[in-house]
Amino acid sequence: MPSLKDLRNRIASVKATQKITKAMQMVAAAKLRRAQEAAEAARPYAERMEAVLANLASAFEGRDDAPQLLAGTGKDDVHLLLVATAERGLCGGFNSSIAKLARERAKSLIAQGKTVKIVCVGKKGFDSLKRDMGAHIVKTIELRHVKRVAFENADEIGDLVRQMFEEGEFDVCTLFYARFQSVISQVPTAQQLIPAIFGEAAELDAVYEYEPDEAEILEDLLPRNISVQIFRGLLENAASEQGARMSAMDNATRNAGDMINKLTLNYNRQRQAQITKELIEIISGAEAL
Amino acid sequence: MAGAFQFELVSPERLLLSEEATMVVVPGAEGEFGIMAGHAPMMSTLRPGVLRVSGAAGDDQAYYVRGGFAEAGPKGLTVLAEHAIALNDLNADDLARQIKEAEEDVTDADDDATREKAAVHLAQLRDVQAALAAA
Repeated sequence: MPSLKDLRNRIASVKATQKITKAMQMVAAAKLRRAQEAAEAARPYAERMEAVLANLASAFEGRDDAPQLLAGTGKDDVHLLLVATAERGLCGGFNSSIAKLARERAKSLIAQGKTVKIVCVGKKGFDSLKRDMGAHIVKTIELRHVKRVAFENADEIGDLVRQMFEEGEFDVCTLFYARFQSVISQVPTAQQLIPAIFGEAAELDAVYEYEPDEAEILEDLLPRNISVQIFRGLLENAASEQGARMSAMDNATRNAGDMINKLTLNYNRQRQAQITKELIEIISGAEAL
Repeated sequence: MAGAFQFELVSPERLLLSEEATMVVVPGAEGEFGIMAGHAPMMSTLRPGVLRVSGAAGDDQAYYVRGGFAEAGPKGLTVLAEHAIALNDLNADDLARQIKEAEEDVTDADDDATREKAAVHLAQLRDVQAALAAA
């Protein structure tokens, strides 16, 4: 049975923890709003890009002269998994769910006899993958110093991916990130970047003139599209991370509250028991006289 | 006065400009071209350069754009640029640094193809510097 002093200390410590989790929740809420705005602001560009590329790409379907970024290398032996996670923990299952999806994919690819290479974006993904997938990790990119994800950050990663592809280091590239659905729901998603996959081409409302020709435009835009997709993934990830942290911290605050209630009840019970005991001692002492 | 059309300038980070314009001069990969209302649908990639917008309200704006494409359709003109900064905000020192880097690229190039590419890039940057100086 803990003494009264012990209980007092526990209550004080849980209260301090509750204050921290509460503050973290509020910070995450503020950051979430900003991250969501950023993700929304980036949407028009990515959507336009995709619509235009889908149109251009559909013209190249089944042709031999399609660019490699679209058609692939013709093999699918080496897979590059680009795993984007957060730099910080304390955000519920956010990091582990992305890492889990990537790990499952990596395992099934290895079982099929493919070679797997992993590039981690974010420290947490690296931390959780290095134990069993350490041998496959070729590079880790940390964005710790980055407060707000800018397009340049995504472009750097894109450069790396493009360079590796040109040097023939992989055939298929997949990006892993968490799509932001709502504060309580973030969906780990795998998106194939190379060879590029586009949705159905929308019917063009006019006949376009291309300058330079279609092939050259496609060749110019496909590499850019990789950066754009990575950028979109990073922004979604940033919003998801804050959403996950917000709900995790909300839970933690509530748990701390429950714990304080229980401890206080216990504390009061013991305090009263002690008072009663003292009273009995005094009374029985007086009676003995 | 020619009619106005909808013009949008979009960067990956946000929608920079969305307004009615009477004419937009776009630095296309194969040369600058002007777009006015009712232009035939066309699509072109961009080279680094200055994009000039003549607004329907009579206000003129200039942006430095790099990387991306322009799409003129029946609905208007959309320019998707990887980098787009208002010319007024463009830092001359920053540009000078980029030019210096490009110069190094030209001297460091291993083969003719890379050198040519770097030289084109350098020439484009010089154009922008000239435009900035003139502004």
